[in-house]
Amino acid sequence: MATLKELSAKKELFTGGHRLCSGCGIPPIVRLILRSTDSPIVATTATGCLEVGSTIYPYTAWRIPWIHSAFENAAATISGVETAYRALRKRGRIPDRDMKFIAFGGDGGTYDIGIQALSGALERGHDFLYVCYDNGGYMNTGIQRSSATPMAAATTTSPAGDVIPGKQNWRKDLTKIVVAHDIPYAAQASPHNWADLSKKAEKALKVKGAAFMNVMSPCPLGWYTKPEDSMKLAKLSVDTCYWPLYEVENGVLRVTYKPKEKRPFEEWLKPQGRFKHVFKPENAHLIEESQKRIDLEWQRLLDLDGKRV
Amino acid sequence: MAITAIKGKTALTGNSAIAYGMKQINPDVCAAYPITPSTQIAEEFSSYVADGAVQTEYVTVESEHSAMSACIGASAAGARVMTATSSQGLALMWEMLYVASGMRLPIVMTNVNRALSAPINIHCDHSDSMGARDAGWIQLYSETVQEGYDNLFQAMRIAEDLRVRIPAMVCFDGFITSHAIENIELLSDEEVQGFVGEFKAVNPLLDVERPVTYGALSLQDTYMEFKYQQSQAISRAKEVVIEVGKEFGKRFGREYGLFETYKLDDADVAVVILNSAAGTTKVAIDELRGKGIKAGLLRPRLYRPFPAVELSNALKHVKAIACLDRADSMSGFGGPLFNDIRSAMYELEARPKIISRIYGLGGRDYKVRDAIAVFDELENVKKTGVVDELMKYITI
Repeated sequence: MATLKELSAKKELFTGGHRLCSGCGIPPIVRLILRSTDSPIVATTATGCLEVGSTIYPYTAWRIPWIHSAFENAAATISGVETAYRALRKRGRIPDRDMKFIAFGGDGGTYDIGIQALSGALERGHDFLYVCYDNGGYMNTGIQRSSATPMAAATTTSPAGDVIPGKQNWRKDLTKIVVAHDIPYAAQASPHNWADLSKKAEKALKVKGAAFMNVMSPCPLGWYTKPEDSMKLAKLSVDTCYWPLYEVENGVLRVTYKPKEKRPFEEWLKPQGRFKHVFKPENAHLIEESQKRIDLEWQRLLDLDGKRV
Repeated sequence: MAITAIKGKTALTGNSAIAYGMKQINPDVCAAYPITPSTQIAEEFSSYVADGAVQTEYVTVESEHSAMSACIGASAAGARVMTATSSQGLALMWEMLYVASGMRLPIVMTNVNRALSAPINIHCDHSDSMGARDAGWIQLYSETVQEGYDNLFQAMRIAEDLRVRIPAMVCFDGFITSHAIENIELLSDEEVQGFVGEFKAVNPLLDVERPVTYGALSLQDTYMEFKYQQSQAISRAKEVVIEVGKEFGKRFGREYGLFETYKLDDADVAVVILNSAAGTTKVAIDELRGKGIKAGLLRPRLYRPFPAVELSNALKHVKAIACLDRADSMSGFGGPLFNDIRSAMYELEARPKIISRIYGLGGRDYKVRDAIAVFDELENVKKTGVVDELMKYITI
């Protein structure tokens, strides 16, 4: 894999001047992934923060060909682009060379409204990488709940009310759903661990067929956190084992990072304004229940480490 | 299994003719999802792909929304792209129809007209494409299998014309045209290729040396200019439709215009109607002419853009007109065709009386006697100058 020095020497394909928030997890994720191949890349983005923040006409932050068509269809759109590439290459109408196709979507555009298009594209086996930047909510439209929102988090559609203390459901395990499609490569990553993220992106872009990466993306706006704490929070999501780093390569699962000391879940919750209400004495059970669930899921994952899944 | 057709006269269903036409075009990419009554287009075309009869890459998408999304991705990438659908499928594509036209992607789609749910119904009416009439697509309507087949090639030329670059929809009637076998004259592959020509991609995504951005966020300062350019482009399509229709006639002996008229020149009463029901109406007109009634017909072929001036000129001498809509806009004020035609006639000093009649929804039969009944009504309007009912459902 590339060293940090090599990575930093590569041309920036996602430039500064974009309008994503200070402390947003998305730009480092995108920049690192776009550096993970030397082949030309064509990208698509689902409607969301990344799309809105990077291409306000007549400006664009993308130095590569890029298309956004709608919210729920990034996987279908990139299917079309990738198919056109095969069709035109076969007919000799474009240069005969390797190209990479990447679709970016938030958790709204991926876990929820875009899951059908994603599932279809994975099943058909297009040669592309789908990257979900998971900030746990519809942040672009003002912090509404998604199926990736952590349980108990307050959002504008799952507020912490007098009767209902935030989101009532455990988040959907999208990576597991994707793994069930038996694609050549799927992984979870986090931008604070650049080496792990970059290595996974390299692998994902190298395999023939569909690849998927689910990447933790801190959101100061929606999490009610300080911009400068984003990478710390990303690390805590991993060290609490809420967001385990693992990959499934050709059917074999491997946990790529095991924290030396598993941190208590509440260490991740505490700095985030969206969990303020769970620290009221009457809501203490929410932290306990979450911790139990995390412990269970982490153990399940460890049980599968190194195994064919 | 796909049919093996040969140049010259042959007998085909509408769906087989379209699949065969697509084979002759041999597009780069086709992304389609099967739906009654257009299913055979997807089936037969995939047979051509499976047999290596085309070089097309066929994407078996999981929905019509993804079909149009993949078409958009492929077209923006620089490919010649075709698809087909009907009814609920077109409805599911709705969002993406506007994206395709807004991005000025020359995708060509056959829409086999079928009713929309609810109640669910698989038979013919025009609710599907009429609902999409303002999605920024060129719409060509076809009376027969032959016209559907011929329109497919013309749609491609019109959509891809650099003065236009707007997606185009070819519509014909579900089951009546899609499943009925008609004698048609096929073109040779060379004739088709010579007519549609090579595809020229404009600003393709796959040109990585010259990266482009499709689908940027355009706000108050620019959105309206994009829409203005789109509006200008679809307006220009009218001239291109005429040009291409004439060239088609010159090459293959079947010329097409903006609309077809039948015994309209000296008509006192006329019906305006789309697609296959025009044939039934023509039979009624022949019968009525035998009785001395000056009945005529106008069948729009190009519905979007709407050739308002040409249509109103062609109809201005008629005393009473019935616009027969196979779709209701549920406005309580007549069908879409009625509203467009009536609005087009407003500029005339002496305007004909114009009524709206809704027929044939969900595949309800429209027979010669039903057409005659409409003409009887028109005769009465002509005589009395009085319109009793501006809008009415017939055959219920």
